[in-house]
Amino acid sequence: MTNTVPDRPALEWMYSTMLLAKMADERAALEARKGLLQAALYPVRGLEAVCAAMGVAMTDQDQMVSSYRNLGDALSRRIPLRTIIAEAYGRMGGTSKGKGGTMHLTDTERGLVATTGIVGAGMPIAVGLGLAAQLDKSNRAVVVTFGDGATSIGSAHESFNLAALWKLPVVFVCQNNQWGEHTPLAGYAANPNLAERTAAYGMAAEAVDGFDPMATLHTIGRALDRARAGDGPSFVECRSYRLTGHSGLSDYSYVPKEELAAALERDPAPTFRTWLEQNGHVDSATLQNIEHAAEATVDEAFAFAQESPHPSQDELLLDVYASPEGVPTR
Amino acid sequence: MTTLESSTDTTQMTIVAAIQSALDVALGLDERVLILGEDIADPIGGVMKATKGLSTKHGLDRVRATPIVEQTIVGTAVGAALGGYRPVAEIMFMDFLCQAMDQIINHAAKSRYMSGGHSPAPIVVRAMIGDSKFGAQHSQALESWFMHTPGLKVVMPSNPYDTKGLLLSAIFDDDPVIFIENMGMSYSIKGEVPTGDYRVPLGEASVLREGSDITLITYGAEVHPSMAAAQSLEGEIDVEVIDLRSLVPLDISTCVASASRTKRAIIVHGSTEFCGPGAEVATQLNDQLFGTLDVPVARLGATYSPVPFSQQLHSIPTEASIVAAIRSLRQRDTVGQSPMNV
Ligand SMILES: Cc1ncc(C[n+]2csc(CCOP(=O)(O)OP(=O)(O)O)c2C)c(N)n1
Ligand SMILES: [Mg+2]
Repeated sequence: MTNTVPDRPALEWMYSTMLLAKMADERAALEARKGLLQAALYPVRGLEAVCAAMGVAMTDQDQMVSSYRNLGDALSRRIPLRTIIAEAYGRMGGTSKGKGGTMHLTDTERGLVATTGIVGAGMPIAVGLGLAAQLDKSNRAVVVTFGDGATSIGSAHESFNLAALWKLPVVFVCQNNQWGEHTPLAGYAANPNLAERTAAYGMAAEAVDGFDPMATLHTIGRALDRARAGDGPSFVECRSYRLTGHSGLSDYSYVPKEELAAALERDPAPTFRTWLEQNGHVDSATLQNIEHAAEATVDEAFAFAQESPHPSQDELLLDVYASPEGVPTR
Repeated sequence: MTTLESSTDTTQMTIVAAIQSALDVALGLDERVLILGEDIADPIGGVMKATKGLSTKHGLDRVRATPIVEQTIVGTAVGAALGGYRPVAEIMFMDFLCQAMDQIINHAAKSRYMSGGHSPAPIVVRAMIGDSKFGAQHSQALESWFMHTPGLKVVMPSNPYDTKGLLLSAIFDDDPVIFIENMGMSYSIKGEVPTGDYRVPLGEASVLREGSDITLITYGAEVHPSMAAAQSLEGEIDVEVIDLRSLVPLDISTCVASASRTKRAIIVHGSTEFCGPGAEVATQLNDQLFGTLDVPVARLGATYSPVPFSQQLHSIPTEASIVAAIRSLRQRDTVGQSPMNV
């Protein structure tokens, strides 16, 4: 991938995706605050540019492993927002028939093959998907997303080493929002330069400004090119900032005011809008249309979710195994 | 309820406050007590706030926030225990114990045995059962795994008083203890708790409610729907409720004494019924009371499925399902009273 600005449809899609992530996130928090949505929520505010960039850099054949903080990742795979929200409501119209919940969005057709609620656990799984892609002699690459805090987990390091050793087509996308739950990066890592640390495993490791959608797109694009060329895995540290609390309604008064204010100045969707308009990439009438459409999509998604049926009691013992036969009934 | 040492001042506490108080007392009593875990230092003081204020009061040397490293938290606890300390590890959701399983099962549990008694690892690992609104990786009740591992003790309190007294016993016990809390009870269950040091011994069940028709044996969070079920059946069926409080050591004699009077017993728990703790309790009761019970011992545990996210799917026993199970046990034909034998 060259360092060019993508075509206009791609730019419009990126802006629309960033808006959808931001608006759906805010709407979900609102519904939760009203007590109407009973789900664990992990906001993606601050990661909108990274998710939009992945959506353009990756192909339809590529696969992704995500975590609990997955709304933007799911949108990057073009999973309809209505099925994402219906899953949060625990309904049949959700990606997992309401049985997985917000932490476990899955849509294999669109390449979101696994999401984990266990910090760091996605990386070994991505190694396995990378191995399958390599054995298949396919052109497919695997992206695994995880937070900065996940780089503390032992199996992350085992995965970096194994993927590098076997030259697997895996891109490790670290969504560094500077916080691991309530602890800042420098509070848990002796060397907080994660890209530098990971380079020691013998793979390409780059850090990029995660608020900058173009720079992020190009960096992830290069990593995917290397994966497809047989040059092995890459680690991309997208440096962003968490614009909310760790989870839906959690307190974040401990976040330094100046740091948060500086990050909010760079709020990805509005910043991208200004850039698109000022550089003549997209005109303001089109931008407004995108905004209205995004609002309508969010409204429709929540309405769909709230009207979608609950799973029936039969679902309780279905999907435990391939066949329910022989499953202990109690 | 036995207490080895009682203190007179008491105050209303939630379960979280009782944990905080136990840790505070332990840190004050013994320099060798250490606490390790993610986000446990102030200002956060733990994701459930169970360690709030402790790093400020007892120092960051002894109340140590770690990176997200469950395996190494427990491994470090084992090492510190071998080095003479009494570490308490906080592992947040019980599901994350899977990350630390090697250190718990292969090391903490058997270090004493493999060393011929020379290297015991008296650690406490605290973890909680979560809630289905977090999905199937934050809601599992895995106590039977630990019961099945010789060398570990397993404690599961149901109220603030027992929580504090059992946690203090666990910290000063000479063996590794898995101490299991439940998110749903953390703030909702309150009770009078002594502010100072007292101990509830490991391995003593408590009879929460006396009754003559049926013995209901339970522990942890299921104590509350079980008590509600017993109360709602008052006048219809007289239910005795036993809270096991610790699963290893298991106080089977309190259960036997009760069931030998009532002649009907049921075990209720939130973990999977198949191969769950109830299987062990039922077998021991049947062994000791065979021929004297009216009906075989019954069990009610969770269905054989991961915990579903949808709140409409019920895997774990509820007050209603416990009531139904008690009624059906009461109505079951007495062994030996089938028409053939009349
Ligand atoms: C193995 C494990 N330990 C702890 C947790 C609890 N937990 C959930 S998110 C989180 C912080 C993760 O930080 P980071 O990797 O930076 O991701 P972020 O949440 O900031 O996106 C923690 C500790 C968990 N889910 N899994
Ligand atoms: Mg983070």
